Amino acid sequence: MSTTAENADMSEPALRPEALSPSAAAAVPETRAASPDRPSGFAAAWMLARREWVRFFRQKNRVVSAVIQPLLFWVLFGTGLRGSFEGAGEQGFLEYFLPGTVALIVLFTAIFATISVIEDRREGFMQAVLVAPVGRWPILLGKILGGAAIAWVQAIVFLALAYAFGTIEPAWTFLPLLGLLAILALSMCALGMIVAWPMDSTQGFHAVMMLGLMPMWLLSGAFFPIPALGPEATIGQVALSWVMRLNPLSYTLAEMRRLLYPAVDFASRGWAPTPTLAWAVSVGFLVVTFLLAAYLMRGSRKADLVV
Amino acid sequence: MTHDPSILISDVSHRYGSREALAGIDLEIPAGRIFALLGPNGSGKTTLFRLISTLMPLQSGRIVVAGADVSGDPLEVRRRIGIVFQAPSLDKKLTVDENIACQAALYGLRGEALRQRRDEVLRAVGLVDRRGDLCQTLSGGMKRRVELAKGMLHRPQVLLLDEPSTGLDPAARLDLWESLTEMAQSGMTVLLTTHLLEEADKADAIAILSGGKVISTGTPEQLRGELGAGLVTVVSDNPGETERIVRDELGLADVQRVQQQVRIRSESPAALVPALAERLGEAATTISVGRPSLEDVFIAKTGHRFWAAEAETTEAH
Repeated sequence: MSTTAENADMSEPALRPEALSPSAAAAVPETRAASPDRPSGFAAAWMLARREWVRFFRQKNRVVSAVIQPLLFWVLFGTGLRGSFEGAGEQGFLEYFLPGTVALIVLFTAIFATISVIEDRREGFMQAVLVAPVGRWPILLGKILGGAAIAWVQAIVFLALAYAFGTIEPAWTFLPLLGLLAILALSMCALGMIVAWPMDSTQGFHAVMMLGLMPMWLLSGAFFPIPALGPEATIGQVALSWVMRLNPLSYTLAEMRRLLYPAVDFASRGWAPTPTLAWAVSVGFLVVTFLLAAYLMRGSRKADLVV
Repeated sequence: MTHDPSILISDVSHRYGSREALAGIDLEIPAGRIFALLGPNGSGKTTLFRLISTLMPLQSGRIVVAGADVSGDPLEVRRRIGIVFQAPSLDKKLTVDENIACQAALYGLRGEALRQRRDEVLRAVGLVDRRGDLCQTLSGGMKRRVELAKGMLHRPQVLLLDEPSTGLDPAARLDLWESLTEMAQSGMTVLLTTHLLEEADKADAIAILSGGKVISTGTPEQLRGELGAGLVTVVSDNPGETERIVRDELGLADVQRVQQQVRIRSESPAALVPALAERLGEAATTISVGRPSLEDVFIAKTGHRFWAAEAETTEAH
């Protein structure tokens, strides 16, 4: 397999037996100097993020389904429900549903990016990462950055299509929208990690997705407006409205809607948070999900050993 | 060669709930050697491996690897060790080069140093011509070699391998051992776990584990030497009666009964055979003479056959 000449590669000073003596204190700095740089967590996170990106584009079906599925959703629901939709002013359902579709793209992509942490563990890649001398946070940061970048770019591709078809008018608000989408993508990935990290099977993840993440999306104003509470509101409407107002995603979505249609006054037609509140909740949600994910991933746990 | 231990394990115990996996392990593993932890499945060797590799927190006792304490400074331990897991740890969707680049980022190797070192390890494992291939297209033996390349990428002082021969054909096993021998000669400490007796026989030193305890340590020759020059094994339908005859009528003292076998240690085993054959006659199904193997060492220390011990622990789970 290897020859004696190549063997010389490995007899570098760092590997000479006298440098290996653990009890000789003087040997320690010497070996450390000869060994690679102190590993940087950011470099490790960056590499793990790039890995997500490379893997995504090597799985062509993921690329295709990620673009086609929300497009189908948007066109089918948008045209199918057009007649029965009222409640967002002069907007048709195709226009109303657009921000929800963008949120759905981000949600799905973030979920599929973070679900890979379960596969990584089952396929064994994760065990090598878990024993690396960088600790846990680079794993989290790498997964979130990588997954969020994929989700972000997909959302932008979809929006570019919507601009091209003339569904939305180009406006300067596109720039803050990019920022908001990035925050949304990062927080959805962090949320995905919270769900995926303790799990040892992808089946469990699907259950949580259907029972937790989809309702969170449905109740964010993505699919139907959040009811404004007038004096004639029924108990059901009050309850629904409050559930939707407690959903952090509702705030991101409301702001996304405003940035997509700057000309429409949503506040006059139903419940809408102020821009400051919407941004604060979006950023706050990202911070909370990230910290929670970091807390869940600390230290060695039994789940690390599931391979 | 230095005589300071490269890995020092003292009084290490570990429990999974109420089950005791390790019961007070003490071991000193010298630098620059190939050291095998031999034991049947369930003997505790994988637990010990996980503790040394910092994959699990230490519950009690102390482990020092290449001068760094496993509980005190696990990140420093991780910098000094390379690990090759039993289960594959490659990303199959990435190429060989990309997998190694991932590993390099985790160990702080980049730029020119990475390119140079990657060339070195790929040459060492003979995979230079496959470096651009996706790992899912490699054979089992090649994947293992990529794992090995990953493990030694950052020039660890200690290389840990968990059941390294799993899934390898005989030729790939020989290649693996050749690489390990070269690494040990260059001063690296190689610690591997195995449940294969013939594999442990190739190591420089062995610790035999059974039931969470170290039952014997030494070089393979030393361990076999403890059993004397030879061993006579008598298989019979009535081993109890056979043992009585061997002890009382033939006056042999160094006798052990294991299942259907009666095993007699002797410095001149061949000389015993005629007397045994004459006295036992038809009662003995087989009488065989051999040099003690590592399995004989295991039997002598535990009273179990190696594979029987494995079956027992498996059933107990």
